[in-house]
Amino acid sequence: MAESVISLQGLEISFGEKKVLQGVDLEVKKGETMAVIGPSGTGKSTILRALIGLLEPTGGSVFIEGQDVSHLSEEEWNGIRKHVGMVFQYSALFDFLDVGENVAFGLRQHFSLPEDEVRKKVDDLLADVGMLDAKSMYPVELSGGMKKRVSLARALAFGPRIVLYDEPTAGLDPIRTMNISRLIRKTQQKHKVTSILVTHDMESVYTAADRVALLNDGKIVAIGTPEEFRNSDNPLIRGFITGEEITGATEAFR
Amino acid sequence: MLHDICAATGAFVLNFCQVTGQMMLLFIDTLKKLKHASIRETLRQMALLGADSLPIVLLTMLCTGMVFSVQTAKEFVALGASNTVGGIVAIAMGRELVPVLTGVVVAGRIGAAIAAELGTMKVTEQIDALRVMATSPVQYLVAPRFIAISLMMPMLIVFGNFIGNAGGYFVAHYYADIGSYTYLNSIKRFCEMYDVVGGMIKGVAFGAIISIVGCFKGLHADKGAEGVGLATTASVVLSIILIFIADYFMTVLLYVDK
Repeated sequence: MAESVISLQGLEISFGEKKVLQGVDLEVKKGETMAVIGPSGTGKSTILRALIGLLEPTGGSVFIEGQDVSHLSEEEWNGIRKHVGMVFQYSALFDFLDVGENVAFGLRQHFSLPEDEVRKKVDDLLADVGMLDAKSMYPVELSGGMKKRVSLARALAFGPRIVLYDEPTAGLDPIRTMNISRLIRKTQQKHKVTSILVTHDMESVYTAADRVALLNDGKIVAIGTPEEFRNSDNPLIRGFITGEEITGATEAFR
Repeated sequence: MLHDICAATGAFVLNFCQVTGQMMLLFIDTLKKLKHASIRETLRQMALLGADSLPIVLLTMLCTGMVFSVQTAKEFVALGASNTVGGIVAIAMGRELVPVLTGVVVAGRIGAAIAAELGTMKVTEQIDALRVMATSPVQYLVAPRFIAISLMMPMLIVFGNFIGNAGGYFVAHYYADIGSYTYLNSIKRFCEMYDVVGGMIKGVAFGAIISIVGCFKGLHADKGAEGVGLATTASVVLSIILIFIADYFMTVLLYVDK
């Protein structure tokens, strides 16, 4: 059985009085893509922010590759972040840099590579996501789907072992959603990365994920393969997948 | 009623202490990271924040020098003290008017721009993206701006002094009939280089205040576009207040008993 690269044990996160995560337990194995689904506002993105050190847990523990990272300093986190890439919900591209410079940013900041090598690596990454032609464009000139692709190329520039996707298909049409989902799968296969995919979109889950976890009321309430979820009789899962009024599910997601 | 007043006062004091403490921490963190600041980014900021402010600073100082001269020249001529006008204008401009007004102009133009830029980066998750890419926002964003403004302020002040005194001379000569020799000799007799150097030292401090306040307000912006607007306004107001407070203490330190 493959080792766990990411392990959340009783993870709790509160904002003031509001407890968003109330004891999340989750194991993600090496090379696996784990989708986290659930209604809006249940703390899916909060899990990712805890995993990259943008939020400190108020309870429980976070382990990355066996190391307890629950209460690290910013400097200690920076060592870990060089092995973790993140695709933000709204892409978060640096709007003062063009596409090529965005992708090259991390390489130029942290690696003393010759400029030729940086440019070649940027071209390869942009070609992988089908954005080489847009290398000189600025983020403001790109569509939502193009921004997500560039954001993915930027996240992969370091050669990360872990990639976190925060709603990478939100706001995209079905064709672009499918393209991004296939790209996530292709990235996993080509770069052998371990990933967590936070999404609302079940088509994206079926295309890109190996396993799925359903988050509700700040806890993981079900884990299984996409196929198991598709065929599940669990009213919470059925309610989320189909959006139908199912007794118990509708109230739970309200 | 009394309970509400006490609660509001307590909340204000707590918030004041918290913001002051956070700004001091940002200032210390910035000083620690100065040596790692990118030279290229610092030069870019110097051009963007300093050189582009020159026209507005020159215009402000030209008008200020002319106004100050209009207000003093005729009165002093009437009192038979026309040979003091140049010196008075030069000292007032060098010690107070140029550094403080340059500070106010730069706070309005540059402090606001920094708060808006960093605030927009904050609410669009670009600051988070920097952190995720193992890059310190203080090192990458704050330190270059801190160096750029702190270095450009004294330069702006030198140009401001030059143009302000030129405006003062122009008005004194053509409006109050004070001769060129009298005016320039007055500057030579009453004014010392230290009057301008002290103003430049103030400029460095005001530049530090403007950059730290602008960056702090930007990095703590929230609630989307409205939050960015609030951060921008708060940055200008707080910078100007702190410039006036700092000016009093620096004047005492630099000029009293000297």
